[in-house]
Amino acid sequence: MTDTQIQIRDLTKSFGSKHVLKGISLDVPKGQSVAIIGASGTGKSVLLKCILGLIQPDSGSAKVDGIETVGASRRTREDVLKKFGMLFQGGALFDSLPVWENVMFRYRQNTKRDKAGLRAEAKATLAEVLLEERVLDLYPAELSGGMQKRVGLARAIADKPGILFFDEPTSGLDPITSGVINRLIRNAVDRLGATAMTISHDMNSVRQIADQVAMIHEGHIIWQGSVKDMDKVDHPVVHQFVHGLPTGPLTKYAESI
Amino acid sequence: MVQVLQIPGRAALGMLSEMGRLSLFVGQALIWLIRPPWYGRQILRQLIDIGYYSLPVVGLTTMFSGMVIALQSYTGTERFSAEGETSVATVVVLIITRELGPVLAGLMVAGRIGAAMAAEIGTMRVTDQIDALDTLSTRPMQYLIAPRVIAGTICLPFLVLIGDIIGVFGGYVIAIYQLGFSPSVYLAGTLEFLEPFDVIIGLVKAAVFGFTVAIMGCYFGYHSGRGAEGVGRATTNAVVYSAIMILIFDFMITGFAFVR
Repeated sequence: MTDTQIQIRDLTKSFGSKHVLKGISLDVPKGQSVAIIGASGTGKSVLLKCILGLIQPDSGSAKVDGIETVGASRRTREDVLKKFGMLFQGGALFDSLPVWENVMFRYRQNTKRDKAGLRAEAKATLAEVLLEERVLDLYPAELSGGMQKRVGLARAIADKPGILFFDEPTSGLDPITSGVINRLIRNAVDRLGATAMTISHDMNSVRQIADQVAMIHEGHIIWQGSVKDMDKVDHPVVHQFVHGLPTGPLTKYAESI
Repeated sequence: MVQVLQIPGRAALGMLSEMGRLSLFVGQALIWLIRPPWYGRQILRQLIDIGYYSLPVVGLTTMFSGMVIALQSYTGTERFSAEGETSVATVVVLIITRELGPVLAGLMVAGRIGAAMAAEIGTMRVTDQIDALDTLSTRPMQYLIAPRVIAGTICLPFLVLIGDIIGVFGGYVIAIYQLGFSPSVYLAGTLEFLEPFDVIIGLVKAAVFGFTVAIMGCYFGYHSGRGAEGVGRATTNAVVYSAIMILIFDFMITGFAFVR
């Protein structure tokens, strides 16, 4: 039996009259990689941000290692956030800082560790995501989309966190670069023994990164199971999404919104 | 009837809610100004951005203003035959130090720095960089807002002091080389009626304006809407509201300091 590291219960969130999350419940076992799939606008990113405390949910509970993050004090939230590494959809690298300072941001800004040591550590972390030393002093604007994602991944794993979140890690990338990013993510998760949550529309990515899959539709989790079972699900919404079929209930849903 | 009342009612509620949000933001910014850690490199970067790089625009503005005041006061005082040299020098120095120095510097910095702050922080908001800060154990209010507010409040008085000197020099150049005044008489007229209080109030105004510009730039950037349109609106609002607040605070400080 595996321990549950992230436990979500009846989480709701609305923006005005739009009810995005209508009572999400989900368990993420320790050391497992879970992918959250679903059509655009179904609240996948909102769910991730609610767990991190970046968005305050309307009701419900989100616990990380048994610690409640919904309505938690700033200090509790900061303690919980130290367990996390996050790769944002667009990379979210800091434009005004060179790559090495982006990667070592947490230490550079909040500790008195020496610059040479941090640069060496940044170099080693960048090597883990197959980036060479020459990018250390480049700025994010000088990098390609794929390189930005890799620097974002390096920043996420620099602290060797126990939990990794990936928000659309392959969006906007070509299939070859996507494959590289997927492999790097899977390697990083395995090497760190981390619990991972990934949001993705890219089913190739899901197959490579995840052990478990959960699908959100109309504010609820409508299916959860292993990656192996994903192709055999006969729920019409899951079936259409997983196989990328042009017609089906999701097409009607997309047209209606 | 209800529909007619709905529009101003909604506008009033919107304005009150915005004022409440701004007040909370100012309160938070003030708390983080005095709580460590202070991000020295960020503060230094802002001091250079706001102080050093604003110097040319503030210097040029105050110099030409000093020149214009010298010309205007000369042609004005001629009408009632006042003592030309002394009155021109006094008018220039008092208007520059008490009023135009701080107001023009404030408005120029609002246009240059307030807009840049709103655009930079707004872009950070829409590209998730502010959320990223949060997940990296760094408080955005402390890392982004406090250094800008500290630098804005410190830099403006220095800019105004330098602007005052350049503005008075601009008036001097016109008085001596165009109006043919005697340099020694003009300088004596400059210093005769100038009191330290005039300069100090100008510098107090400058500090208030610097704080205001930084807060407005940060506030509108921090609460920027999504996309390029949201950032554009944040930038415009930062400049417009900074300018309005500068003029309101100018009136209040002038009323408090000079009207007995």
